[in-house]
Amino acid sequence: MPSLLGHGELRNSERELQQFQLRLGVAGVAMLVAFTILLARFVFLQVVQHDHYRSKAEDNRISIVPIPPNRGLITDRNGVVVARNYSGYTLEIFPRRVKSVEATIDELSELIEITPRDRARFKRLTVETRNPESLPIRTRLTDEEVAKFAANRFRYEGVEIKARLFRQYPFADVGSHVIGYMGRINKDDQQRLEDEGVDANYRGTDYIGKSGVEAKYERELHGTTGFEQVEIDAAGRGIRTLSRTPAVSGNNIVLTLDMRLQRVAENAFGERRGALVAIEPGTGAVLALVSKPGFDLNLFVDGPDPQYWADLNTNPDRPLNNRAIAGVYPPGSTFKPFMALAALEQGKRRYNSTINDPGYFIFGDRRFRDSKPGGHGVVDLHKSIVVSSDTYYYMLANDMGIDAIASFMGQLGLGSPTGIDLDGEARGVLPSPEWKMKRFKRPEQQKWYPGETISIGIGQGYNAYTPVQLANAMATVVANGKMYRPHVLSHTENPRTRERRAIEPELVAQVPLRKEYVEFIKRAMAGVTKEGTGQRAFAKAEYTSGGKTGTAQVIAMKQNEKYDEKKVDERHRDHSLYISFAPLDNPIIAMLVIVENGGFGARAAAPITRTVLDYYLVGKLPKELEEATPVDEFEDDKESD
Amino acid sequence: MELARLPVQRIAQRLVEGIDSTLLVIILALSMLGFAALFSASYDTPGRVLNQLVSLCIALTAMWLVAQLAPQTLMRFAVPAYVIGLVLLVAVALFGDVVNGARRWLHVGVTRFQPSEMMKLALPLMLAWYFHRRESSLRLRDFALAALLLIVPFGLIVRQPDLGTAALVGAVGFYVIFFAGLSWRVMGALAGLFVVALFPLWGMLHDYQRRRVLTLLDPTTDPLGAGYHIIQATIAVGSGGLSGKGWLNGTQAHLEFIPERHTDFIFAVFSEEFGLIGNLVLLTLYALLIGRGLMIAANAATLFARLMAGAVTLMFFTYAFVNMGMVSGILPVVGVPLPFLSYGGTALLTLFIGAGILMSVQRHRTLVQT
Repeated sequence: MPSLLGHGELRNSERELQQFQLRLGVAGVAMLVAFTILLARFVFLQVVQHDHYRSKAEDNRISIVPIPPNRGLITDRNGVVVARNYSGYTLEIFPRRVKSVEATIDELSELIEITPRDRARFKRLTVETRNPESLPIRTRLTDEEVAKFAANRFRYEGVEIKARLFRQYPFADVGSHVIGYMGRINKDDQQRLEDEGVDANYRGTDYIGKSGVEAKYERELHGTTGFEQVEIDAAGRGIRTLSRTPAVSGNNIVLTLDMRLQRVAENAFGERRGALVAIEPGTGAVLALVSKPGFDLNLFVDGPDPQYWADLNTNPDRPLNNRAIAGVYPPGSTFKPFMALAALEQGKRRYNSTINDPGYFIFGDRRFRDSKPGGHGVVDLHKSIVVSSDTYYYMLANDMGIDAIASFMGQLGLGSPTGIDLDGEARGVLPSPEWKMKRFKRPEQQKWYPGETISIGIGQGYNAYTPVQLANAMATVVANGKMYRPHVLSHTENPRTRERRAIEPELVAQVPLRKEYVEFIKRAMAGVTKEGTGQRAFAKAEYTSGGKTGTAQVIAMKQNEKYDEKKVDERHRDHSLYISFAPLDNPIIAMLVIVENGGFGARAAAPITRTVLDYYLVGKLPKELEEATPVDEFEDDKESD
Repeated sequence: MELARLPVQRIAQRLVEGIDSTLLVIILALSMLGFAALFSASYDTPGRVLNQLVSLCIALTAMWLVAQLAPQTLMRFAVPAYVIGLVLLVAVALFGDVVNGARRWLHVGVTRFQPSEMMKLALPLMLAWYFHRRESSLRLRDFALAALLLIVPFGLIVRQPDLGTAALVGAVGFYVIFFAGLSWRVMGALAGLFVVALFPLWGMLHDYQRRRVLTLLDPTTDPLGAGYHIIQATIAVGSGGLSGKGWLNGTQAHLEFIPERHTDFIFAVFSEEFGLIGNLVLLTLYALLIGRGLMIAANAATLFARLMAGAVTLMFFTYAFVNMGMVSGILPVVGVPLPFLSYGGTALLTLFIGAGILMSVQRHRTLVQT
């Protein structure tokens, strides 16, 4: 090997070459190690953890898109639609996709009218909704607004127009407490749905029943959410639908209510506060259930704007309160027929037992006054009801004793919830020594004094019942003791198959009542309408009916309300009550009407009863309603969803 | 007929002259795998396959041209290439286009290119040339100067900022210095210094760079942000399993879950569809490529040739390792393509020129020694 290099240089060069090759070897080994690490990583990912990543890739690929079901309709017993769905456009902001919600709203307001009310409502929704995907800033867009936004949508990232189904209530505020309102699913609702394990069925659903039937029969109405398996890309865009499980519409709810009757009843109240409960004896079907004032259900659909909501909550008339089931009132003289029946059943009085009514009853050193200053003279059981003699019942109560009274009234369901299928029913107070024991803390308060029994006899004292309890007690009596659970649901109906599932009347108790005694009470109550306190209100009625007026003293307002000075006097006036049934033979309706601070029972409550019975028994409409939109317009409008 | 065949044969002979067939076969095999993956990744942009084909032709031509040159000729390019590269890097720093927050591109007439890419070969050329010149009297001072030659372009690229390219340029430069014989002790000291320097270096990093490093440690902290790339790529690789989902059947790739699926993340597409078996094939091909490169380096005639061959070989390795490492989630996400597979003309050109250099070294291995 000829070389130009010197000996030393050659050796040096050879050493360098050896060193270089050594380093190549080191590099080679290092690279081999590196590749081994990679290989190990591949084996780990692709063999050891393969299943994990395979399922992750599957999840990635398929997104489950919920298809919210159509909510069931609510109709009355005659098929009149009281709650339906209509589809409308909403303008929705996706908070996670916009930089600033405020700025976005400002920009939007340049294009589409956004009122301060809309903003306030949006703010409220933001606070109330947990982790919202999107929230509506405007609802019920006009076609013009939709077109306007569509043309400018590129300017608004994170804002979309959505077609949604909205609830609509053709009767607005009529029957509002029974039908109930809808609202957006808030944090509490969400929690409850999760607790019940049905939150998955509410994916894609924004609204839920908040009160009345909408809440009570939420499960029936809601339906089953469908699902669409959509193959999506990383940006979340759907590429194609893989499979589709259609939503199952919620069942329609048919109420026992007669909306025509309901409207007549509410109209009869006018602006007055009060409640009315009409029940069909022998079934427990609620024909009408009024609580005045009511509220417009439609105003809740988009989420009530804060002002309206505040008004409803601070209004001293408490419109949201369902007086018919949650209002607790002393029954006043409407209690007397039940007292009379108790006396007969327990053998304390006979038909012809008479007393002399001097206009007062003296017990110990206390004098209990009759509402008629001079008294009613000689009074027998029949007359005691017709003329409403207080003295008669002071004596009766004293003779019977509190335990006997409480036991009989308890059998009629007074002082315990009727079990009506609406939430928020109050219990009321059936006075008894036991009740007093539980109610009060201090020993001297816990004792029952015999004097306290006296005013119980005329429906005062601790007596406090809900309108539905009194109406149901009346229905029970005229049905010869058959007590049914009052209910507003008649049956459910599958919207597709039209298959109906009826709710069987539920006999709660058979109160042992002698038919003869019941007939006696009925006749006495019929006497009220002919020659007694209800005579004027029922003059020239084309049907027979029985009734009893009541006037309940308002001792103090129950709630810790601030007194409106101007209203103090008015609110201290007596409540006006009227309990009734009709017709005399085989009654088809039993009813209680209370007009708060309406004065004498005969003055306010009895005429309302007359109007309602006139319509229900002989189809007579009050003049102002004859010209109103006939409810038939809403009938069989089932295609609206 | 006989007459007609002769010139054809001669042309063919001239064409294959200087081409190392082993290397060529390996590279073309890798390219074929690249096309398979690219075709799958480009279902919605079919033009890319054609573009890549054109790039491949250009790159092959460049390789052929370089392979025809003797290493001595290549040496002549060293200084001008380095100086021009450095000037361009400065120009980029001053006038470059900003794309995605990084100033990397320079307009040259109608097109624009990344001078940093050029440095990947210009720097080792420069260093190898320098060491070759100082071969008989190498001292520590020479290594210090070499380090300076490395640090200036490296610093400029880091500043762009382009961590991936900077790492590659730095690595390739270091390989030359390493093969030139930098003492183990100095390397040990430098390694210690580097660890210490990590802390101030961390402070110099851009936010997105820090996030990339942090999310590498725990990608789940930012599943929709910086961790997204890593998570989705890992899912793609892992879901591929032993034999893969089959060509064109990768769901991760086809549903756009994999970002940069044509370029830096094409390995995710490949790995999802061909699985562990495919990965083994790929690793084997790279190992063969590197082995061939090391062989060529070992047999190289001159110091310059040795250094260049060694550096280019290790550059191939670095590309492959860093890319596969980042896609499979063991290295931070830096912009390093998968050699010979990723879409992109510039990277392909660099790689093929590198291969051309190897071929040139191989062809001229005996000229001086014999």
